[in-house]
Amino acid sequence: MEIIKTVTIDYHHYLSATEIATIEHEASIMETREAAGIEALKVVQDNRGWVSDESLYAIADLLSMNVAELEGVATFYNLIYRHPVGQNVIHICDSVSCHLTGYNQVLAAIKTHLNIEYGQTTSDKKFTLLSNVCLGGCDKAPVMMIGKAHYYHLTPTSVVDILTKLSEQNVKLEEMSDE
Amino acid sequence: MSSHNLKPLTQWINLEQPLTLEQYINEGGYQGAKKALHECSPAEVLTMIKDSGLKGRGGAGFPTGMKWSFVPMLDDSDPNKPDNKYLVANADEMEPGTFKDRLLLEGAPHQLVEAMIIGGYTLGANKAYIFLRGEYHVAAQRLEQAIKQAYQANWLGSDIQGTGYQLDLYVHTSAGRYICGEETALINALEGRRAIPRAKPPFPQVSGLFGKPTIVNNVETLCNLPHILKHGVEWYKSISPESDAGTKIYGACGRIKKPGLWELPFGATIREVLYDHAGGMHDGLQLRGLLPGGASTDFLMPEHLDTPMDYDSIAKAGSRLGTGGLIVLDDKNCPVAMVLNLLQFFAQESCGWCTPCRDGTPWAVEVLTRIEQGKGTVKDLDTLANLCDFMWIGKTHCALAPGAVEPLKSALRYFHEDFEQHIDQGCCPYHSIQGGH
Repeated sequence: MEIIKTVTIDYHHYLSATEIATIEHEASIMETREAAGIEALKVVQDNRGWVSDESLYAIADLLSMNVAELEGVATFYNLIYRHPVGQNVIHICDSVSCHLTGYNQVLAAIKTHLNIEYGQTTSDKKFTLLSNVCLGGCDKAPVMMIGKAHYYHLTPTSVVDILTKLSEQNVKLEEMSDE
Repeated sequence: MSSHNLKPLTQWINLEQPLTLEQYINEGGYQGAKKALHECSPAEVLTMIKDSGLKGRGGAGFPTGMKWSFVPMLDDSDPNKPDNKYLVANADEMEPGTFKDRLLLEGAPHQLVEAMIIGGYTLGANKAYIFLRGEYHVAAQRLEQAIKQAYQANWLGSDIQGTGYQLDLYVHTSAGRYICGEETALINALEGRRAIPRAKPPFPQVSGLFGKPTIVNNVETLCNLPHILKHGVEWYKSISPESDAGTKIYGACGRIKKPGLWELPFGATIREVLYDHAGGMHDGLQLRGLLPGGASTDFLMPEHLDTPMDYDSIAKAGSRLGTGGLIVLDDKNCPVAMVLNLLQFFAQESCGWCTPCRDGTPWAVEVLTRIEQGKGTVKDLDTLANLCDFMWIGKTHCALAPGAVEPLKSALRYFHEDFEQHIDQGCCPYHSIQGGH
């Protein structure tokens, strides 16, 4: 008979002091430690790009939570990534206002330019493509979000310009961090 | 009536650089909170809210004062008195076609902070949360800034303005899911759980966040409070004497000339919003129909243009005012494709808890996809009609699936010919005219 082993990761060795402090602050303003779970997933994702299994185990340890329960939370929410993503995650709005104003052509232009489909990451790890429900920019549709930036009035041409610029900026940032 | 009286909620909006606390006070802000805390008992404020006729702006239109009155108000000596109560601002704006709360959050964050103080004081809450959707980064940063300023000026924290009242206010940014806008799902999300709506009763007013009495109100609803307190009930009711009380932030989007938001006295007609404010359709396009208040409302048609946009009138026309944001369908966009897009949204955002919604919404997507691709049959229309019944109110755990039924059922009625053409012609008749949709 196969024995299922439970994995635990001691959060002290895995999470940074800043991550722990931010998560503890969130826990302090809530009535239960569990209530800091979503914030904890977001904090770790902000630092590490995505939520790996190891991150999940460590957060569960820190918040005294069952790993399966935290996984249930992590997979419920659209903005938590449980797979590695590229440097820039493109969230293109596919809801009704963007549909009516032609986001389909914008999406097609992104797919062609980056040669990826929804859920995929470019081979240079620069871009991941995801959809997003209504971004609340319906008066300036079609809309997309990359990181914390929202881009409006997109056209198949403007979106390629934006991606090209971002790609160049990322190259510059990498060069700076190499120095 | 001066212009700021006609547009109380948006008079201070500045999307470039919202008013600081000092500027907000100089413009007349925090006077509503001052009046509540210094001159009124919580019961008196509650009476004002009730008398004002304020109704919830999040979509349901439930009277706010009545909602609040279900919170048990027990004496300090009562052994059953809960040790805390909570006020939560629902800033999880995610109804497709709705972007009004974003304006208030980004453009006048102190107005919401002031509203939370008034609401918290009335309910006897010492902790309040703003539940903000994760994608509203600018709003998050501006709210945090406003809250910081309010703490520094003793409008938050302990012994607010020397009154002995204490309130701590926090921003919780969500990780994205439409269902979080449902108030009991929102409470689960705040508790760090999957955002699945709770069974009611118990209602949140009795047992909500962490099992304590909780009120969840939409941002626009709350932003009315400072003005009701400051100017009084009579003034508030006089804004639109023949309709619902106060103003409404109406919106419009789609292929129209000037998509946007306008705060107007309640009861402006659809025509006024669409033509006088939004400039009407793009050149070369005709109005086909519209959703009056977000994705989960029934279609209305050109014949309904003179309907006042208030709760009763829109209901009489066969739809719901919802969030008051018009989503406009033109004659070169395919109605079937639009409904398919709406149902894809609901199918993706279903929490999966109850069968009619979890299975019904993707089933509708499958059938609609078939029809849109020209592979549908007449029998598919019966399936869709059956699904509308299968997912209707009373058969589901919450209002998400019935919300999906509203545009679907009304589209089957108003755009029946379009559905039939897809089936008869074996293709989408709009494909050739709209440029690759």
